Amino acid sequence: MNRREFIATGGALIVSFALPARAQKLPGSLEKDPLLDSWIRVAADGRITVFTGKAELGQGLKTAILQIAADQLAVDMKAIELVTADTALTPNEGYTAGSNSMKDSGTAILNAAAQAREILLAQAAKRLDLPVEKLSAQDGQIVAADGRRIGYGALVQGQLLHVRAAPESRLRRERNLIGKPVPRVDIPAKVTGGAAYVHDLRLPDMVHARIVRPPGYGAKLRSLDDKPVANMAGVIKIVRDGSFLGVIAAREWTAVQAMRALRARAAWDEPRKLPRDIYATLAALPSQDTVIAGADAPALQNGRVIEAGYTRPYQIHGAIGPACAVARYENGALTIWTHSQGVYPLRGAVAELMGMPPERIHCIHMEGSGCYGHNAADDVAADAALLARALPGTPVRVQWMREDEHAWEPFGPAMLSKARAVLDAAGNVSGFQYEVWSNTHSSRPGKAGELAAAWSLEKPFQPSPPRPIPQPEGGGDRNAIPLYKFPATHVTHHFIPEMPLRVSALRGLGAYMNIFSIESFVDELAAAAKADPVDFRLRHLDDPRARAVIEFAAERFGWRTYAKRNGNGRGFAFARYKNLAAYAAIAMEVAVERDTGELRVLRVVAAVDSGEAVNPDGIRNQIEGGILQSLSWTTFEAVMHDDRRITSRDWGTYPILRFSHVPQTVEVHVIDRPGEHFLGTGEAAQGPTAGALANALAHATGVRVRDLPLSARRLKQVLSA
Amino acid sequence: MKLDVNGLVVDVTAEPTTPLLYVLRDELGLNAAKFGCGLGQCGACTVLADGEAIFSCLTPISVLEGRRIRTVEGLGTAQKPGPMQRAFIDMQAAQCGYCIPGMMVRAQALLERKPDASEADIRGALQPNLCRCGTHMRIVRAAVRAGELMRGKS
Repeated sequence: MNRREFIATGGALIVSFALPARAQKLPGSLEKDPLLDSWIRVAADGRITVFTGKAELGQGLKTAILQIAADQLAVDMKAIELVTADTALTPNEGYTAGSNSMKDSGTAILNAAAQAREILLAQAAKRLDLPVEKLSAQDGQIVAADGRRIGYGALVQGQLLHVRAAPESRLRRERNLIGKPVPRVDIPAKVTGGAAYVHDLRLPDMVHARIVRPPGYGAKLRSLDDKPVANMAGVIKIVRDGSFLGVIAAREWTAVQAMRALRARAAWDEPRKLPRDIYATLAALPSQDTVIAGADAPALQNGRVIEAGYTRPYQIHGAIGPACAVARYENGALTIWTHSQGVYPLRGAVAELMGMPPERIHCIHMEGSGCYGHNAADDVAADAALLARALPGTPVRVQWMREDEHAWEPFGPAMLSKARAVLDAAGNVSGFQYEVWSNTHSSRPGKAGELAAAWSLEKPFQPSPPRPIPQPEGGGDRNAIPLYKFPATHVTHHFIPEMPLRVSALRGLGAYMNIFSIESFVDELAAAAKADPVDFRLRHLDDPRARAVIEFAAERFGWRTYAKRNGNGRGFAFARYKNLAAYAAIAMEVAVERDTGELRVLRVVAAVDSGEAVNPDGIRNQIEGGILQSLSWTTFEAVMHDDRRITSRDWGTYPILRFSHVPQTVEVHVIDRPGEHFLGTGEAAQGPTAGALANALAHATGVRVRDLPLSARRLKQVLSA
Repeated sequence: MKLDVNGLVVDVTAEPTTPLLYVLRDELGLNAAKFGCGLGQCGACTVLADGEAIFSCLTPISVLEGRRIRTVEGLGTAQKPGPMQRAFIDMQAAQCGYCIPGMMVRAQALLERKPDASEADIRGALQPNLCRCGTHMRIVRAAVRAGELMRGKS
């Protein structure tokens, strides 16, 4: 029975359990999907299945969810089968994004599992005619003090778990798995050649396809000589719809060759409309301005005024494996295996694209390469759907080529920011103003117009009007409001609807740029106040958990005893992601070669507070990864283009961090807070890393660089000026 | 033509100009070597040929006849992981994991050539391979650990 049938047959019961009025919200995603058996089912033979609407992206979600469920159900992790994002099976939890999975799904499953266990205990109490206090849950059985025991499977009859969740749960406080560095369940297959990714899916009779993407945005296919390609051995079909062009072949290498041959025989009309100077262009475009903090803040007082402006270029997600999907169209129904971050929103978008009812589309998440936000995963799923419809009954696998991924994925937006503050006579901040200019940070699907293929069709779909993501999470203005207690704080978000280049969510969204800007600026203020950067931060912070990570990182780094050597420097930065997720503080030491502008990160020390740490090693892995990825963004990365095309089309034209620039050491210290809410971690390190790096660079050289990336080329120019 | 892959000699039907990667993945059903760039810039496709790390996305099978090809599948199994695999599991050296098999075989090539390779040697050897999740520190630790396991240190 799939989920739809299940709900359809159980519908009457849902009504009978609905409470007249809900005073209290349900925990996490239970609020949206309150039935316990949407999350947890127990079969008659005792097998337990847990369902999450979130997806494994390599962040360790599966392991953490299993730890939570197993602890609350008092079973071993191996006793649980976990089903992740699938439109036929799991709750709709939207996107796996924004470091929200533990908060949304982890919290829902924590509570659903606790409540399921309590229901099983109550049921056993009835059967055994014992008070529930005499019973305990152990390894899939309810055990009585007198030695009698009943397996979970024998207790769950009928619709026992088909009930609405309660707002409060009796959480089992014994932590067998939570808080432990449990090894990730997905790693063994990944290091032994197991089928681990959608890229590895091989269905019977599956064929391969490639897309001939237009050379640039808005290019129209003027003419195509496809006959020689159609006659190539192994080519099954060339599919064209307007300027959307793909080729299906029996073998993958044939599909690649056929795609290249088609590309060589295609002529395009290309508009020349990409801007020469992106920052001047963005600054000149109309913006929707919102004061997101301090609308009634007083004007800045007299004192020392410090001002600075910062820029961030377009940057790519750059998964090492280009996007891939497999689709099969049969009898008017479509199945898509996809590494999209949101199987339900993708289903809606593909339904509109194909003119199909969503119920006829089944999207199944399988892991992809990386992710780091809204990349081409949804686009390639749409490509696969269009090609599969042209070849009914046959599964079609499509993978993008490297140049497709670099040039067509939605980039992290270029941004500008300006900060202004006044220091009083004591060297404290008496007023703070900050402004940020940005395009949207989410053009995720939900609608067909968000899929790259849809723009090229004979009857194209237009992208939806871009919208800002509101506070408190924010998009371009994420973390634009500092956590510091600056009097008269005034923050403005200039949201620019018109997008010169395709953009969407890149890990951390605006937080990366805003934290880079604000943390650079705070160091500039500290320098003006002749204060130590760590002390300066602490004296403007009340939040004890913020202070704790800062003090911890500073202590482990040896901040107080640091002796500056020629060419070396230290830097510090802090942020609480979204001002409501994990706290992270980072201290860093760098060495700079003045002649070449070559920058080396020697060591990094981070302290992080993610609330109750379900898997401390998972948190360390995410923070380490965030640090290394941010070092790459911050020192190497900027998308290049001319007036027609993206010219960063591979790792040669868009270099990223290699092992030669990996720090000597990276230490991550996790402050565990048992009983506290889970706080998302996946995006907590990017902004502080950039800030700490810029500050270390300034300390090493005496020169403040406010434009990203802090590349050797830029540093050489700046340092020799 | 015939290819020697992980100790088995197999008949393959692909054209001799086909890059090895497509034969490994599509004809032999091996998952570990991955398509990353098709340009020799990222190393996701790295496999061993007579102990030497090669980009399988660029190397046509025509030049590989008679050479001993090894992939991560040849280093052990999930049930009986070899030292390199054991080390990557012990160090939890993966996030998305897509680049990891390429890292593993490149480290394997180094350690077979130079069993006492230092951490600096390992970092140097891994220069052709890209990781986007930022797992570099763990990858280095795992390769160091693999060297220890291979030298018989437990």
